[in-house]
Amino acid sequence: MSQLIRKVWDIHGGIHPAENKQQSLQSPIQAAGIPPQLILPLAQHIGAPASPIISVGDRVLKGQMIAEAKGFVSASVHAPTSGTVSAIESRLIPHPSGMSGACIVIDTDGQDEWLKHSGVEDFRSLSKMELIDRVRQAGIAGMGGAGFPSAVKLSTRDDKPIETLILNGTECEPYITADDILMRERAAEIIAGAEILRHLIKPSKETLIGVEDNKPEGIAALQKAAEGTGIEIVPFPTKYPSGGEKQLIQILTGKEVPAGGLPADIGIVCQNIGTATAIYRAICFGEPLISRITTITGEACSQPRNYEVLLGTPVQFLLDQSGFKKDDCIRLVMGGPMMGYTLQDTAVPIVKTSNCVLAPSVAELPPPPPAQACIRCGMCAEACPVSLLPQQMYWFARAQEHEKLEDHQLFDCIECGACSYVCPSNIPLVQYYRASKAEIRQAQQDKIKAERSKERFEARTARLEQEEAEKEAKRAARLQAAKDKAAAAVSNPDSSKTDLIQAAIERSKAKKADAADPAHDAIARAQAKRDGKVEEETPAAKTERLQLLIASAERRLTSAREKLALAKEQGGESVEAFATAVIKTEDKLIALQKELAEHQASSTSAPADTDAADPAQAAIARAMAKRAGASADESDEDKTQRLQNLVATTEKRLAAAQQKQSIAQEQNDANVAAFATGVEKTQSKLDNAKQELAEHLAQISTKAITTEAASAEQASSDDPVQAAIERAKAARAAQTDMSEDDKLKQSIASLENRIARTQEKLSAAQESGDDKAEILADSIAKLQDKLASAKQQLG
Amino acid sequence: MIELIAQNPFIASLVALVGLGVVFGALLGFAAVKFKTEGDPIADQVEALLPQTQCGQCGYPGCRPYAQAIADGDDINKCPPGGEATIAALADLLGVEAKPLDAVEESVPSVAYIREDECIGCTKCIQACPVDAILGSAKHMHTVIASECTGCDLCVEPCPVDCIEMRPIETSLQTWAWDKPKPPEDLIASDRSGASA
Repeated sequence: MSQLIRKVWDIHGGIHPAENKQQSLQSPIQAAGIPPQLILPLAQHIGAPASPIISVGDRVLKGQMIAEAKGFVSASVHAPTSGTVSAIESRLIPHPSGMSGACIVIDTDGQDEWLKHSGVEDFRSLSKMELIDRVRQAGIAGMGGAGFPSAVKLSTRDDKPIETLILNGTECEPYITADDILMRERAAEIIAGAEILRHLIKPSKETLIGVEDNKPEGIAALQKAAEGTGIEIVPFPTKYPSGGEKQLIQILTGKEVPAGGLPADIGIVCQNIGTATAIYRAICFGEPLISRITTITGEACSQPRNYEVLLGTPVQFLLDQSGFKKDDCIRLVMGGPMMGYTLQDTAVPIVKTSNCVLAPSVAELPPPPPAQACIRCGMCAEACPVSLLPQQMYWFARAQEHEKLEDHQLFDCIECGACSYVCPSNIPLVQYYRASKAEIRQAQQDKIKAERSKERFEARTARLEQEEAEKEAKRAARLQAAKDKAAAAVSNPDSSKTDLIQAAIERSKAKKADAADPAHDAIARAQAKRDGKVEEETPAAKTERLQLLIASAERRLTSAREKLALAKEQGGESVEAFATAVIKTEDKLIALQKELAEHQASSTSAPADTDAADPAQAAIARAMAKRAGASADESDEDKTQRLQNLVATTEKRLAAAQQKQSIAQEQNDANVAAFATGVEKTQSKLDNAKQELAEHLAQISTKAITTEAASAEQASSDDPVQAAIERAKAARAAQTDMSEDDKLKQSIASLENRIARTQEKLSAAQESGDDKAEILADSIAKLQDKLASAKQQLG
Repeated sequence: MIELIAQNPFIASLVALVGLGVVFGALLGFAAVKFKTEGDPIADQVEALLPQTQCGQCGYPGCRPYAQAIADGDDINKCPPGGEATIAALADLLGVEAKPLDAVEESVPSVAYIREDECIGCTKCIQACPVDAILGSAKHMHTVIASECTGCDLCVEPCPVDCIEMRPIETSLQTWAWDKPKPPEDLIASDRSGASA
């Protein structure tokens, strides 16, 4: 003892109720014995209830774990004696609500047969974690009253170093002597438990045992047992409620645990001395927490004393041993008179936290007189050990002003009952605070639930809106599709027919075209032209289009000329109109040819791509050239162009002259003769030009024949030849849509046409004595053969 | 300058006041734009006080719409699940007179319970539940997720086989709480003797 008188501090307020501890201290601790049935609630502690690991009918041995801790803040339950599990069901439990809870019921067999168990001889050889695990396995929970799982309390964190370990031997509440008698009889066990705790927690400063000075025998016993260990026994003046954890810490160290905080926050760990004993037995003997010391006292009991009780023993079993007189007892209280609660039934079991069962007489604990109005005397505020303002909180509690209650630190209230004790108006203040705490907690939970409901509601609303939007989008898409279809049907009646019909038409057309690709292409082109489709053209495409246009213009020109000639013969009135048409067509043709020439000049490499070196194409071209005898070659582009232009302009002039002549003839003008001469002259010029062109072309074509490979490419891109091909193709394309007779008629007409032209050329050739005359004559003969056969077919 | 002011006190004060008015007007205008409040703070505060049962007994499709309606001037006494406590809180918030509830207050909080043997799996209750607290699919048994149920009883009506009932939430050991003592009559001794009338 380095210090005989250690400085202690005082707490605010506090009261000095009649102690009434002597009654139960007259006899030593007595073993309560084994009741026929043990009822073990699964929740004897703060935290999650334990979960049973045995089933009904199993035989269990003393010390066998029957329910394991579930979660971190939880404690396991062990069988206090051997027997058979008769039920796992809901039984009345010691709880202020008087409600039932899940319990394991064991029918004892009286043999008290231990499960094989062993402790450790030297707990210092075990690590902290191993020791805590043993405490946890033993199911030890705080035995002072709250029942907080000890293993959790001992798992101190490294970032909060512990200075002081305090063992609580205060037991400030009247009547209760369980800790007092423990100190008197088992001081050595307490000190041994304190040593284990000290080893576990390793307080850097000191280990204290706080005991009120109304327990001199207990203090003496402890001091004797603690000699030489360095554990200090600190007696201090008796005052209720010094035994509260925070109050004891304040008394022994002068430090206050912050509101809402834990003792560990200020470097202190506090354990009950009963818990220390239980830890000692668990570590050194391997015995789990299966029994405790409980005080049975009160004037209704003739033999008040402390019992070593197996957990789960019904209260009635203890009362029976204590000479309990039911008629004398006003109410049965579990715990002390200040903080205990009334037991509704004596069948409830003793649990880990049951330190006292009080059976008072009417005189001892009279029913509280009716509460009167608060007179604001302030005595409650003076008595409050936490320095709160009980009367203010009372008004707020009545007015349900939860915010103000919280502002007045309602949750720091330890519910000691000192305020109610001193209240001259007998207002049950603590009850108001308990109820208000519950209301506030409920309100918080409701708020959380409301928040969650709101979230779910909003999520649902959003989901429904999204679904609706999706449906709307689909509906709109369907509507749009229907509209498009209708619009397509209006703009193109053909396509209003079903796809099947369309496909059938396509098939039949394809059949008609005899699967001839050129004809098919021509149809496509013709359709494109009809639709007025102007796509962005590649040079090759432009060439092709221009060639096509030239071809058709030429065709039209030919037919216009024929018609003009016919009209002239018959002397009809439409001669003039025909002549104008011929001129216009010629103009167009020339313009087109110019455009083509320009285009080809601008993209010299492009035309070659079109029908690149197709031998068949080349052959056709050659044949055409041969037959027509009037094809130009690109190899001498300038000359061909010039000649062609010359021919064209001469033709134009001729046409104009012919027109003038015909007008003059109609009007019987005097200038008719002059006009006729002009026409003749122009005609001869034209003939010359044509001849020259033909000669030039023939020369080229001869060249082409001799140099086949070279000519192939040339021929393919030779525009007049190409034009001729196109003409043929166009003609064939035109034929596809006609009936057989029409086709024949048209082919006959074109054959006649061709014969006429060839004859013209022949005569020109013969005139000039050209060697091409022979070829031309040959081709005329061929054409006439064809004509004859066509006529025969038609006929 | 001072002389000028002294000579024309009226004009000087006029200029000063107008100048002040312009300056503070500009400041306030700027503040109104810069610190513009998003949403409706009144409706948000009202909504925080409503119980979020989403039961629609107020005549609005959920608590938020009713909060908006209250902010726009509707009566505050249309929420039976909230009861008098909510009305008092709303009256306090809005500074209006607390009115008695316009319906019979619900006695106990309850949750929907589906008698599963009778359920035919029609999903009608699922569609009715405002907080998605009913689990199930077509032609399969449905059940209520009790922890999510707000007790709005909107699912009871649509059930074609009447297999849904509202059951009061039972007090468990976890939810049990001390009763608040009945407040005393607040009489002092002389009152009790019958002197007063």
